[in-house]
Amino acid sequence: MPLITYREAVRHALAEELERDKNVVVMGEEVAQFNGAYKVTEGLLAKFGPDRIVDTPISEAGFIGMGIGASMLGVRPVMELMFWSFYSVAFDQILNNAANVRYMSGGQINCPIVIRGPANGGTNVGATHSHTPENVLANHPGVKVVVPATAYDAKGLLKSAIRDNDPVFFLENTMLYGEKGEVPTEEYVIPLGKADVKREGSDLTIVTYGRCVHHSLAAAAILEKEHDISVEIVDLRTIRPLDIDTVLASVAKTHRVLIVEEQKPFASVGSQLAYMIQREAFDELDGPIHRLATVDAPAIYSPPVEIEQLPNPQRVLKAALEAVG
Amino acid sequence: MSKKTTATADKKAAPAPSVSDFAQAPINAGLSREAKIELHRKMVRIRRFEERSLRSYQAKKIGGFLHLYIGQEAVAVGCCSLMGPNDHVITAYRDHGHAIAVGMDTKPLMAELYGKATGCSKGKGGSMHYFDPTRNFWGGHGIVGGQIPLGTGLAYGIKYKGLKGAAMAFMGDGAVNQGAVHEAYNLASLWNLPVVFVIENNGYSMGTSQARSSAGELAQRAAGYDMEWGQCNGHDVYEVRATMDKFLTLAREKNRPSTVEIDTYRYRGHSVADPDNTYRSKQEIEEYRKTKDPIQVFQQKLLTEGVLTEALIEQIDAEARAEADNTADFAEASPFPTPDDIQKDVYWESDNPAERKSQGRLFFD
Repeated sequence: MPLITYREAVRHALAEELERDKNVVVMGEEVAQFNGAYKVTEGLLAKFGPDRIVDTPISEAGFIGMGIGASMLGVRPVMELMFWSFYSVAFDQILNNAANVRYMSGGQINCPIVIRGPANGGTNVGATHSHTPENVLANHPGVKVVVPATAYDAKGLLKSAIRDNDPVFFLENTMLYGEKGEVPTEEYVIPLGKADVKREGSDLTIVTYGRCVHHSLAAAAILEKEHDISVEIVDLRTIRPLDIDTVLASVAKTHRVLIVEEQKPFASVGSQLAYMIQREAFDELDGPIHRLATVDAPAIYSPPVEIEQLPNPQRVLKAALEAVG
Repeated sequence: MSKKTTATADKKAAPAPSVSDFAQAPINAGLSREAKIELHRKMVRIRRFEERSLRSYQAKKIGGFLHLYIGQEAVAVGCCSLMGPNDHVITAYRDHGHAIAVGMDTKPLMAELYGKATGCSKGKGGSMHYFDPTRNFWGGHGIVGGQIPLGTGLAYGIKYKGLKGAAMAFMGDGAVNQGAVHEAYNLASLWNLPVVFVIENNGYSMGTSQARSSAGELAQRAAGYDMEWGQCNGHDVYEVRATMDKFLTLAREKNRPSTVEIDTYRYRGHSVADPDNTYRSKQEIEEYRKTKDPIQVFQQKLLTEGVLTEALIEQIDAEARAEADNTADFAEASPFPTPDDIQKDVYWESDNPAERKSQGRLFFD
């Protein structure tokens, strides 16, 4: 299988879906002429033209809302947020309009929109640009939330997201855009809501997603080599719908759980997971559920300290040792 | 229009044509007798429906808010009477008039207010959230100004699909200061989208007069976005139609957006929970009722034209009252949704399980 970057995988998914369905349009700040702020959409304007690849002004509430309105008429907009952090200025459009319109209309109206872009810390851009809002988004019934960790997953999940009839929020990661992974040349899709066991093991289950999958894999290698601890890593891939069954099956195997997430701890995705695991697999647990999250403060700028604020392989290692201890 | 502090303080930038001119405008001169009667009938039906809903509200049959349109009927009826097959409408929470104007059946509208399963949104939306996509009516939206980007998106959809049509995005005068409205103005003009932004200026954003909430003039703000704009008297359905026809044609034919400010007035409070005695006088309301009531104004014109007779007026009114009473009976007799219905209509996929592609849990407890 060819090795391509996460960035290219997202781009290929966009190109294939643009090719497949004339209703798909890509919109966002700098997506066309500039070739994408992170070069995700590079070359799409040349291939699909300005009616399908549309540069928007810096006007998130306006253009996201406009995309939602167009989706009600059957257009399938894939809207790029340069950073998911900018969702806050379009919050009413995203979480009042897109999330609620089907319900408030008694099921008469669909909103087949995808909003995608990076949501991560670690790039020394400070608190305003480092939000990871998957928990906030997933708190709203009516929406779907996807956080892919690898090139393969990003492509297959984005294709499913674009074909989905419900609003899907797709959270990428600037730190992963350059990471390469094996991606088949033939077409494939990955269903939303299907977790993936990224590593099999028997002593500890790490439940995680996004970039923390990679931190967890790095820590797991050290744990095996230096501590003889066998770690299973469950990558959720999708936050809502949630594949809790794969998580529970792993817990039944290892009996110990560490949740690793790039989230502020209060009411995070991990909080929900911990509730569900204790509720549905209480008898399987040999100890309390542990969690490693972002250190609870706005994102610090200072580059070396930001690494310590976020989950990283060393922090995962320490938390894993505590969890099995 | 200049800021209004009293009923008689209206001033126009340009002298208004005389009333008869609007009756002679081509869009009105071509109306059949039946079509004119239908305009009148729709306004009467809206008013009787809303008066009936107010009684039901006072009888505690209806929860939440009830934002009545009484006094503004000529705006929705005039605008929506111009709709062609590819024209679309979206509005804010004062949406009963628009729903009836686009042709929705009033029984499910009343049932929705009662929170019944037979409501137009199955009792899930309430007064502020009426929808009927089969009639190109996209709500009914609760957040001031939040529907305006959506309306711009409807225009985008019309254009993207290569259709000749226009979106009408209605808002109140209180919405003009919301950022989302200005972002939508910019996008619509920048991208040549076929949308008419309709400001229904009833003089008050809730209890705050235009003078106390908005700097400068309202419609003219469109000029800053290189957009056409216009103003008209919303008490005369002929004038509403003549004005809107011009801007709808601009949208449909040239893909150019515009903003039209329509001067109107609501007799009731912002919602029925509004004490309505802190920010305007009873005398002001009475003045409008006596001199500018849109139903009375149009009725008088049609009497003069020989289209309506006193007997026909009485008949239409009696029918509208009976219809309104029937809606209340229908709503009363209808069942409430059940707790099992709470989690229906959330996801397309959960409502269409045979076609579901995703896996995993969609709902949590």
